[in-house]
Amino acid sequence: MGKLSKSPWLLHYDASSCNGCDIEVLDCLTPRYDVERFGVINTGDPFQADILLITGGVNSQTAPVVKQLYSQMPEPKVVLAVGICACTGGVFKECYNIRGGIDTVIPVDIYVPGCAARPEAIIDGVVKAVKLLDEKKEKIRAQKGREEQPGGTYGSEK
Amino acid sequence: MKAVIFVIGYLILAPFVGALLDGVDRVITARMQGRKGPCVLQPFYDLSKLFSKQMIAVNNVQLLLNLSYLGFIVISGSMLFGGTDILMCLFLLSTADMFLVMAASSDSSPFANMGAAREMLQMMAYEPLTLLVAVGFYLAAGTFHVGNIIQSAVSPVLYMPGMLLGFMFTSAIKFRKSPFDLSTSHHAHQEMVKGITTEMSGPTLAIMNIAEYYEKVLILGIFALFFINSSWWSWPVAIVFCLAIYFMEILWDNVSARLHWKTLLTSCWLVTLLTAGVNLLILILMK
Amino acid sequence: MILIPVLIGIPTFLAILIPFIRSGEARGKIVYVGSGCIMAATVAMLISWGNQGAHSIQLYTAAEAVDHLMSLGDIFLMCLILYMSIRYRKVLPAVLSVAQTGLLLYVEANTSLPEAEHMMIDWLTVLMCIIIAFVGGFICIYTVGYMKGYHAHHKEYQDRQPFFFSMLFLFLAAMFGLVFSQSLIWMYFFWEITSVISFLMIGYTRTEEAIENSFSALWMNLLGGLGFSVAIALLAFGNGSVQLSDTVATGAALPLACLALAGLTKSAQLPFSTWLYGAMVAPTPSSALLHSATMVKAGVYLLLRLSPALHDNLVGLMVSLIGGFTFIMASMMAIAQNDGKKVLAFSTISNLGLIVACAGTGVEETVWGAVFLMIFHSVSKSMLFQAVGATENCLGSRDIEDMHGMLLRLPKLTYIMGIGIAGMYLAPFGMLISKWVALKAFVDSGNVVLVIFIAYGSATTMFYWTKWLSKLISQHHAREGVKDVTCRDEYVSMFVHAAIMLLLCLLLPFVATTVVDPIVAEMFGHSQAVLSMGVLTTMAVMLVSILIVPTIMFFVSKAARRQLVEIYMAGVNKGDNRHFVNSFGGDTHLYLSNWYLRFEFGRRHLLHPSIYLSAVVIVVIFCLLIGGAV
Repeated sequence: MGKLSKSPWLLHYDASSCNGCDIEVLDCLTPRYDVERFGVINTGDPFQADILLITGGVNSQTAPVVKQLYSQMPEPKVVLAVGICACTGGVFKECYNIRGGIDTVIPVDIYVPGCAARPEAIIDGVVKAVKLLDEKKEKIRAQKGREEQPGGTYGSEK
Repeated sequence: MKAVIFVIGYLILAPFVGALLDGVDRVITARMQGRKGPCVLQPFYDLSKLFSKQMIAVNNVQLLLNLSYLGFIVISGSMLFGGTDILMCLFLLSTADMFLVMAASSDSSPFANMGAAREMLQMMAYEPLTLLVAVGFYLAAGTFHVGNIIQSAVSPVLYMPGMLLGFMFTSAIKFRKSPFDLSTSHHAHQEMVKGITTEMSGPTLAIMNIAEYYEKVLILGIFALFFINSSWWSWPVAIVFCLAIYFMEILWDNVSARLHWKTLLTSCWLVTLLTAGVNLLILILMK
Repeated sequence: MILIPVLIGIPTFLAILIPFIRSGEARGKIVYVGSGCIMAATVAMLISWGNQGAHSIQLYTAAEAVDHLMSLGDIFLMCLILYMSIRYRKVLPAVLSVAQTGLLLYVEANTSLPEAEHMMIDWLTVLMCIIIAFVGGFICIYTVGYMKGYHAHHKEYQDRQPFFFSMLFLFLAAMFGLVFSQSLIWMYFFWEITSVISFLMIGYTRTEEAIENSFSALWMNLLGGLGFSVAIALLAFGNGSVQLSDTVATGAALPLACLALAGLTKSAQLPFSTWLYGAMVAPTPSSALLHSATMVKAGVYLLLRLSPALHDNLVGLMVSLIGGFTFIMASMMAIAQNDGKKVLAFSTISNLGLIVACAGTGVEETVWGAVFLMIFHSVSKSMLFQAVGATENCLGSRDIEDMHGMLLRLPKLTYIMGIGIAGMYLAPFGMLISKWVALKAFVDSGNVVLVIFIAYGSATTMFYWTKWLSKLISQHHAREGVKDVTCRDEYVSMFVHAAIMLLLCLLLPFVATTVVDPIVAEMFGHSQAVLSMGVLTTMAVMLVSILIVPTIMFFVSKAARRQLVEIYMAGVNKGDNRHFVNSFGGDTHLYLSNWYLRFEFGRRHLLHPSIYLSAVVIVVIFCLLIGGAV
């Protein structure tokens, strides 16, 4: 386990969810699931977050917000789409205002399906995200070694 | 020579002690809430992660001010542990805090600004008590000099129990604990995001955290000063008392909700007057 | 000591000369030269006095002609006040003025006072002279540029610059006279001149508000003047001497209380504080010179002179209680102000309160602290007033809210303001050291109330200064820039002030041993080192750290590579850090305001209770003294 994987801090954003997944996300913090065991903190501040956890599909009003929050997170960072709406748009996919999943706006790394996503699934997603963070860090370090430049803002890939 | 060792010890050990205490705090808090909680070393993991992150900032002066905050806290703590004037040390501590306020205000962002304003209010709330505590030490030991205070025949706490009580009350502000965690907090989902630390990211936040650890040890050092006297066994006693006080702060954090700023200000000022003020009156009459 | 008449004479001459010069440019040159002459004369006096051994010298035993001239002057001032009072239909100032002048003339006619020295020079006088000459002189230089900008900015007011400059210099002359006076009758004459000049300057703009405030300042100062003349009468009939030194030596309570009342009104202590912030309607140089750096110091000067007689008695208790109470109340009221000058006014009242409390306690340590506070306060407050004045000319506003992000818009003025603010409350600058000494002295003299006042008062002081400083430093890029219209002479004055301020901090131990210690020694006959070596070392560490830490951190942070992003506005930042998307999808301008706690610390809530309370204290103590209960 690397440095990052021991303290992944979350930013939870609700793009247009029905709140079902949000409640499940909060569930993870309760004594039953206690996600803080893994050092996870729900920060609520993009400047301090490593993982952007988004629930709900993106609509035209939240699209710029998602982009901005993502841009305000320092590298390395991972995006976690929680719930089927965040993955593909779900049942709202054909709505006039819904653009679809989060990946229509920013690159998503991990998809957690479910309606609503189970806390176990979310925790599983977070643990996967944590591994990815370490990999990304390595990649950035290697890149830095090559060109003496920190990774770009949109440097992550799908 | 002893002073030099103390200062060096503080400079090197304080962040570790502070971080360890923070880790213990998180575990105890989790247990109090019926959770398992993170590992005791979690703050170290957090710090090393923060340092490994990319540096993003909203302007070019925030880091400078944040580093200055750290610098002044360290100097202030060194002054305490080096055995110099306690009043000067407290003055410098306020100066340090002012740099933190400026670091937050320099963002010109709504949440940090709000945090900065609240931080100033908190400073206003605890400042009278810290000054009175210094005066209390002066009356109890006859000197502001920390090096001489620790040489007194009996522990100062016997002369100033009221001040200790008041200091325990207001130090919740310094430890950033509920009910006085107005300017920033360790918990998410709140009305002002992360308050003063909102725009602090990666290494900048890590610096802020280290400064907090130094400050935590400094405050505990002042608590210890209440108990230490010329005999050797007062030192372990002081450490035990400090830990007990720290535990009580954690307990208080977990059983209380955040207060309105007005309640914070009036309660702190009132408690200051009733505990430290009355204590001071008695001390001066005793002289 | 030929130089005393010269020192009083130069500004008087300039005051008479300037109204006859109509050309603005020539007037400016004369002001530069005149201020230079005053400073040079002061330095010359300092040197010649030093050559004579630097001990206190008493002068002018026989000066009957001047006595008569001064009586004439008193009558003239009374007529002037009567005329103004009738013109604006005010009763109180007229009554007070007639009463005090009448009383004084009656005393002079009916008593034969023994021949005694009328003037003197000692360490405190010399210190005051240096403050008056240098702070005052540079403010005069500043005024030349400032008034140009002021009238360009305020077209609605009549341009009465010759009058303004004339009054400035006349004021300097009166101040010199005041600090040299040993005879209370002489001092009273100069005292009255400063009151009247202050009155005339507050009414400079002739707006309704200005006239109202000027009369309020006048009657309060005249009340103090009445106290002064009552004290003279009591001393003349009771002691047969109106010498300042005799007053201190005999220590008769009632005259002391009357003189203390005069000191309290002049230094705008509660319940007489209202005139000082009313005085802020005047153009900034007069606020800087009269209402902060020098004239209000006259009250403090008198109290400091009296302070050995104030130790441990009822009058001293009154003075120190009023001072301490003013310190905390004024600093609380300053929190609720958003007008830069009003904040400065309240801060002045508050700091003077601390000095007054020190003087009232009347022991060596407190006087030491008081003198120190006086030096630092004069320099940094004068600098702050000038900076706010210049800012007002540039921004068109002196509202602290409008100074948001001023560091990026008017960097030079911001640095000056920053140094001034830091000097007012930050460790390790002078004010804080004085506070340290004062706190220690209050504890030693066993005054619990004052200790508590100072503890709470420092907290509130910190709040309003930090608030202002953080407003200045905000990294906010305003849409439109501001042109810095500050003239060169204004900058000269402000830079000199800033340099003096920094030098004072650096040379603090030197100032302590060579200036402040002799003053204390002279007053009490002996002096002890107030700052021990340990404290000085600690201070040196602090001073070095305050200079070095930010510098090192500057280079460290400069070396760090960073990517700049937008500030956090819950994801709806428009991208320029100035606007955010509101709930209708439109743009809303971000407006960040300071926290004023108006409903808790507002003048509306605190002013009247504190005035009543302090008035009760004064009345009760006077009753006790008159009744002879103590």
